[in-house]
Amino acid sequence: MAGELSVQPSAPTEGKGPTPTAGPPGNPSRTKELADKILDHFPAVKIDYVRAKRVKVTASPEAIKEVAVFVRDELGFDHIGTVAGTDYIQQNEMEVVYFVGSVSRPGQEDLQVCLAERVKRDALVVPSLVDVWLGADYHERETYEMLGITFQGHPDLRRLLLPEDWNDIPPLRKDYTSPGR
Amino acid sequence: MSTQFEYSPDADRIMSVSLGPQHPGAGHFRIRLWLDGDYVVRADPDPGYVHRGEEKMAEYRNYIQNVPHLERPVILDSSGILFPYAIAVDELMGNKIPPRAEYLRVIMAELNRIISHMYFLAIFGLFSGHTTMITWLMGDRDLFIDLAARIGGARVTFAYLIPGGVRNDMPQGLDEQAFDTFDWFEKRMVEYEKIFFRNPLFTQRAEGVGVLAKEDAIRLGATGTVLRASGVKHDIRKAEPYSAYPDFDFDVPSLNAGDCWSRGYVALQEMRESLKILRQAFKNMPPGPVRLKLGPQPRVPAGEVYTRTEAAHGEESYFVVSDGTPRPYRLKIGTGSFKNMRVLPHLLKGIHISDIPLVYWGLNYWPVHADK
Repeated sequence: MAGELSVQPSAPTEGKGPTPTAGPPGNPSRTKELADKILDHFPAVKIDYVRAKRVKVTASPEAIKEVAVFVRDELGFDHIGTVAGTDYIQQNEMEVVYFVGSVSRPGQEDLQVCLAERVKRDALVVPSLVDVWLGADYHERETYEMLGITFQGHPDLRRLLLPEDWNDIPPLRKDYTSPGR
Repeated sequence: MSTQFEYSPDADRIMSVSLGPQHPGAGHFRIRLWLDGDYVVRADPDPGYVHRGEEKMAEYRNYIQNVPHLERPVILDSSGILFPYAIAVDELMGNKIPPRAEYLRVIMAELNRIISHMYFLAIFGLFSGHTTMITWLMGDRDLFIDLAARIGGARVTFAYLIPGGVRNDMPQGLDEQAFDTFDWFEKRMVEYEKIFFRNPLFTQRAEGVGVLAKEDAIRLGATGTVLRASGVKHDIRKAEPYSAYPDFDFDVPSLNAGDCWSRGYVALQEMRESLKILRQAFKNMPPGPVRLKLGPQPRVPAGEVYTRTEAAHGEESYFVVSDGTPRPYRLKIGTGSFKNMRVLPHLLKGIHISDIPLVYWGLNYWPVHADK
């Protein structure tokens, strides 16, 4: 090995819970434009962060479908990347994020809109966005079985990866503990 | 091929057949088919036979311990699947990666892309009844495995790309072996093209089979070779350049036909582009350190990040949420195979039963990769 650089260890922030703060630097002018356009049409949404290539928008489950159609048709984000569900058990909430990119509109192929929604853990029902991005189909099925979030309006909401005889709470919830742990 | 026959209660003529989950070549994956005679009426993929719970496992391990198990879903392209993970942790920690490490990451990722594409094309040959293709490519693939083994120290799973850089520097004098291999392989690819892609036996078999229209590819969220064979020139190495890729001169091959032949041919063209990148990387390798000293259990500041890279099987993405502890709070893997799986029922609808293997393998689908 030619040599090693060293970095300062970061300050411990244990116990505060996840907050979207850290992220890559860069010029967020184009993502700021996107965020402003979304805010103009939907003043109720919350812009979580605007980074050089990512903008995260949180909408309410009632409004997310309208925002999604706007993001697809007006802003040109037509290609679904992933749908990620996260269990924030301390806040008694779960979050679903749709990561959408653009493959057919030049100039914004490097950007990703992270369209999020949060629901209380005791009423885990959100609208399905399969009508908006058909590719979200299996991603929503995976989120449904792994976290127990029901996607209302999904054409075929069945288990995907888990065995048919899985008889426990959804495994990616924070109150599920893997065997042997 | 294990088959299980049962009559559908809906109609006498529609028969439901289970293709898999034991299948030579396809791996642990089942497709439930509804057939009318020899034609597929409906197909329903049933993955999950090799689901390992990588995402849950990651929550119990720290960021360094996660490296070896996260590359297991796709050992053909083990560096490709680690690349976005390494970038994600680096972005969260604010690591400035030394330039030599960035070059080594690119070299390993491109070697892995060639290794993976050669396996893909070899089995593509097998599935279309072309024995020469599988024997030649499986043999030639070993030369690239040897190269990668001299850098990474193992033959398939290297755990080479780690947060903070790469695990070790490459040995001295590797350039000579590398350039010999590249020169030889360049000539060899001309032969692949002649014996396989321009061979009437294969063109008649694969041209016009399983056509995926451009609009459908975008709508269904297809990535990688599947997307590029359908006329979308989208490669994340160009669209959102990461690591050292802005330094290199290469093209993004794409074709408009969207059939099985195109999906194979795009992979061959991509290997040519990978060779271009590898030659430039070996030639212009900057000196300096290859990793940052992070310690065995680095603390990662609280935050979340979404990274994506272009791996051999398509867009590889990671969503990492950190709560400031040494372990990730949530780690979501978005794999290329999982994204391309939604294309399968769309393409299988209406095709002849003998075209199923070709369409299936043309998607470059890898069951373990999709199941995680």
